[in-house]
Amino acid sequence: MSDKTRSRPDTRDVEPRGAARDQTGATGAAADPSGGEAAGELSGRSASLWADAWRELRHDKIFLVAAAVVTVFVVMAAFPVVFTRTNPRSCDLSRSLGRPSSENWFGYDLLGCDYYAQVVHGARVSIVIGILVTVIAVAIALVLGSLSGYYGGITDSIIARFTDVVFGLPFILGAIVILTVFENRGLFQVTLVLAVLGWTTMTRLMRSSVISVRDSDYVLAARALGTSDFRILTRHILPNAIAPVVVYATIYVGIVIAAEATLSFLGVGLQLPAISWGLMISDAQYRIAEAPHLLLFPGMFLSLTVLSFILMGDALRDALDPKLR
Amino acid sequence: MPATEMLPSSTPTTKRRPDHEGPLLEVEDLAVEFRTRDGVVHAVDGVSYHVDAGETLAILGESGSGKSVGAQAVMGLIDSPPGHITRGSIRYRGKDLLGLDEGARQRVRGRDIAMVFQDALSSLNPVFTVGDQIAEMYRVHEGASRADARRRAIDMMDRVHIPAATSRFDDYPHQFSGGMRQRIMIAMALSLGPDVLIADEPTTALDVTVQAQIMDLLAELQRESTMALVLITHDLGVVADVADRIAVMYAGRIVEHGPVIELYERPAHPYTQGLIDSIPRMDDDREELVPIAGAPPNLMKVPSGCSFHPRCPIARDECATDEPPLYAVWSGRESACHFWEEVVSSHD
Repeated sequence: MSDKTRSRPDTRDVEPRGAARDQTGATGAAADPSGGEAAGELSGRSASLWADAWRELRHDKIFLVAAAVVTVFVVMAAFPVVFTRTNPRSCDLSRSLGRPSSENWFGYDLLGCDYYAQVVHGARVSIVIGILVTVIAVAIALVLGSLSGYYGGITDSIIARFTDVVFGLPFILGAIVILTVFENRGLFQVTLVLAVLGWTTMTRLMRSSVISVRDSDYVLAARALGTSDFRILTRHILPNAIAPVVVYATIYVGIVIAAEATLSFLGVGLQLPAISWGLMISDAQYRIAEAPHLLLFPGMFLSLTVLSFILMGDALRDALDPKLR
Repeated sequence: MPATEMLPSSTPTTKRRPDHEGPLLEVEDLAVEFRTRDGVVHAVDGVSYHVDAGETLAILGESGSGKSVGAQAVMGLIDSPPGHITRGSIRYRGKDLLGLDEGARQRVRGRDIAMVFQDALSSLNPVFTVGDQIAEMYRVHEGASRADARRRAIDMMDRVHIPAATSRFDDYPHQFSGGMRQRIMIAMALSLGPDVLIADEPTTALDVTVQAQIMDLLAELQRESTMALVLITHDLGVVADVADRIAVMYAGRIVEHGPVIELYERPAHPYTQGLIDSIPRMDDDREELVPIAGAPPNLMKVPSGCSFHPRCPIARDECATDEPPLYAVWSGRESACHFWEEVVSSHD
């Protein structure tokens, strides 16, 4: 083997710089640097992720229908007068349990109140609690999930264990136990309890998403150019890690609305005289035979709202996942 | 120093600082290890080099030779744990960077020492336009106004020869080709007018024709300023044209160091010799290329003595026991081979 090293006859004739220059010279002739480079090829995770998703969603019929239904309910929650001018509390006992008829499609409840007005006004509680709880939970998830995923180590251990402890509390059962402690249960108490119990899944989701983005080359490149931790988190990690949380949050609005109705139905959620679909369903349960419409309408609105949010979330997930295209 | 012959910089951000004694960037006896579950990986083990303004130093080595880890240590990008810098110093303008806190390190990055990476596809944030990402450098680091940052980012895109820079400002990274993305990365790295640019395999992910264009660009940008360039690569051909000096790394150590022409023509270490024998050349009349026997060592179990001895064609008994120091071959040339004289004389 060793004679190979010693007897290299060509060593002195070789001119590596010249050889390399030939190579660069030949290619340097293509002076326009864009010459050999085709622009616009595909990349795994494309830059316009949200733009792509939007293009996809605009043609997704299920998403469009679900989004339209959600919009209707949100408008109903914000401006119930658009749908009815009748005061839900103007009741006439003589119309008690009045059946749906051609002039009043939804009928009347036990106290003779206009049931359509009741159901319309019930949307507010559901939508407000659904969105409020989700916003709070997402806020907690973004902060805790980012810190835990980005810094790792002891920060991660503390946050992750705390999350696991709260995650271990059953959602509905936990809410029942905590809510029975409150004497007055209004929108605020129910929102608080659901938010306190409901941030864990999204935090775990955010954490794992941040971890997968944290080690990406663009984060390293940003660090190498002197970007601060805060800017790395807000500009590089959050925008790239948030997609799964957005998907889950959309579905979660539906889950929270169902949870609020469940709690109100069980008598530990909102209390009368609040108007809520859960309370209406709860009231209706004893009169299913004589007045099925009392169950039908709030039940229908509730299911439709929950279903719409879940379908929207599903469509969003499909649109954001390039593998499903 | 070639710096005095340089053209005046066209970068508006070039800083004038009082001169100091010694090289611009000096790494001395740097050692980095990673403590993993399976054992300690000695990724960098006593590396020293320096680079002056206007100079290009190529650090050449195979995958796993510690060349990238060394560069990341200079940038302060080693995650700890598992990475630990166990000894050595990294002096920039005479100031030891390892003694600085994280905030001060962060101010050095980008402004004084910047880095570009191998894979420009994944080094750019996919959700923002490229112009936005360059302009951000001016907005965050220099508090430039939106309009001013945009104007300067477009200037920078022009400097790295992005055609139609103004109209491409609002394009996303995925709308650019590999070479163009690397140009964007270079524009970002140079936006604050750093004194040292570390380029970690800047052309490895690109096709050969584009590689040459990027190397030409780096050389051109360096000529325009007094920037020092540390070029990390595994490709002898890439560095031949642009480097002034080459440091060859093997198993976490520098095994040979010297001016580029001398090192090519008269390698003083069997490993360098092996690298040169294993690349094809235009004027080649050899029938076959000669690969280096064996495989790079596992950095958890670096061979005793000279770490190259199991693969070395001229190894003797003492190579397995005595660790060779960096012998001064002659001025500016060093070789970590006990028998460097034999290697050098084989060329005569």
